[in-house]
Amino acid sequence: MGAKPMTTDHARPAVTATAMRKAYGEHVVLDGIDLDIPAGSVFALLGPNGAGKTTVVQILSTLIRADGGVLRVAGHDVVRESDAVRAAIGVTGQFSAVDGFLTGEENLLLMADLHHLPRRERKRCAADLLERFDLVDAAHKPAATYSGGMRRRLDLAMTLVGRPRVIFLDEPTTGLDPRSRRTMWEVIRGLVADEGVTIFLTTQYLEEADRLADRIAVLHRGKLVAQGTPEQLKRQVGGGHITLRFTDPRGHDRAARTLDVMARDDDALTVQIPGQGDVRSLRALLDRLDHASLDVDELRVHTPDLDDVFFALTGNPVAEQEPTR
Amino acid sequence: MSTATHAFTDSMTMLRRQWRHMLRYPTLVLTAAGVPVIFLLLFVYVLGGILGSGIGGPSGGRDTYVDYVVPGIILMTAATAAQGTAISVAIDLNEGIVARFRTMAIARVSVLTGHVLGSLTQTLLSMTAVTGVALLVGFEPTADFVEWLGVIGLLVLVIFALTWLSVALAILARSIAAASNMLTPLMVLPMMGSGFVPTDSMPAGLRWFADYQPFTPFIETLRGLLMGTPIGTNGTLAIGWCAVIAGGGYLWSRKLYNREPAK
Repeated sequence: MGAKPMTTDHARPAVTATAMRKAYGEHVVLDGIDLDIPAGSVFALLGPNGAGKTTVVQILSTLIRADGGVLRVAGHDVVRESDAVRAAIGVTGQFSAVDGFLTGEENLLLMADLHHLPRRERKRCAADLLERFDLVDAAHKPAATYSGGMRRRLDLAMTLVGRPRVIFLDEPTTGLDPRSRRTMWEVIRGLVADEGVTIFLTTQYLEEADRLADRIAVLHRGKLVAQGTPEQLKRQVGGGHITLRFTDPRGHDRAARTLDVMARDDDALTVQIPGQGDVRSLRALLDRLDHASLDVDELRVHTPDLDDVFFALTGNPVAEQEPTR
Repeated sequence: MSTATHAFTDSMTMLRRQWRHMLRYPTLVLTAAGVPVIFLLLFVYVLGGILGSGIGGPSGGRDTYVDYVVPGIILMTAATAAQGTAISVAIDLNEGIVARFRTMAIARVSVLTGHVLGSLTQTLLSMTAVTGVALLVGFEPTADFVEWLGVIGLLVLVIFALTWLSVALAILARSIAAASNMLTPLMVLPMMGSGFVPTDSMPAGLRWFADYQPFTPFIETLRGLLMGTPIGTNGTLAIGWCAVIAGGGYLWSRKLYNREPAK
């Protein structure tokens, strides 16, 4: 395998979908999805559990067939040229796709064999990936003994063996502890920076999409309800807010009248003030509180999350949108 | 496209994967050999004295019965091993790794071929172990070198056929427990044939079934090769059954595997 011509990749879209549809019996999972993802970019499909994110990944990665729509990945038709698509993609599913009986190194060598790498190159490829994903110490232990974070890293390392041009990551950090999640983010960012690959990831976390993606699409009841850059999306959602809690009703009442509150809760003695929680606006707020001699018991900064996105886009928080099964 | 030309290489890769599994977790191999050995010892030492006299033969009793029952026990090993295959296929299909294979540009069926070839070698090992125990408890085959080659050839055919069938059943079953249960009847078939007693001692309905089910020609051919009893048309029947079961099992497995995975 030689060096990939990266520049030509960028000229055309890596993934396009027109009117992608999928239903299981009466239950419509995807109701006409359109996608256009430029090569070399990171695309995040955002949505709550059961929104159909995994189905989109399964269809684009040739695992299942769509009921309708024109779908192209890496320049090939997903249905008619599925082998060419498979040769160009790498998939890391939601459930770890490692062979638990084999060691980390053997898992990577297995992938190298299935990509028909020459003998010398397979060893080197496995060694490189073990190094890069910090798995050298665990290389000779069965994957079944790995921690969640290690399994995900091995999983992603296996996906990279064939040097895929388009990588699908289905909820790459769900179930990981914060530290492993951070490591994963660094790995993903490194992939885009070093290899120029296209990444299609799904996530339930707005923060994750915000940190990684060039473009985000929000999936809701089988339709894309919003699409754009993280900035555009956040603007649509509106910033976060700051919650202040007071010790006595009098202070609470005075604050509610003095400050530009967006909501007040008389039982909890809290008010909510719009704001991003950046240092400048926080300082201004604290100054005002000082000035008015308001005694604040607790201050909390709330950054926009998936709930806010959904509230802004559909008027319902995520919890009320879980499909009933 | 590379898929066709790499089918062989990919199958060999998958076979190496199965061998690794086997070396690391030999439980399934040991079970596949253990159950028939227990049956062998039970039938020879607990029931053999009476059954041997019933069958007759030169000396009667236990010695005669060992020689009679061993071919059935060896084929029972093929059945228990097929159950092991079904379990390991079902385990594999429930793992994410198979979903990964499905999204790769590899020969699709190679995942299954790897299982079948892995089971073939594993079952031959189990059968060798069972035959070893049989020799220790007094089994005295009369086969010459060519007949032994015939024995190996027949056993390979039978294992190959039963393994493809069990792969299909395992994909159909989807769950590990169901896959295991589906193969249980296969273990009883050698007993409901000429494996443990001659079929002419059975009541009419059962006898009819015993005479026409595939294990009877398998057992009769194997017994003929090992002990020099007449084989007659059983050889042809055995090969025919193997071809039908293997071909059907292969096509069915491939069809089931290419079906969309369950959501």
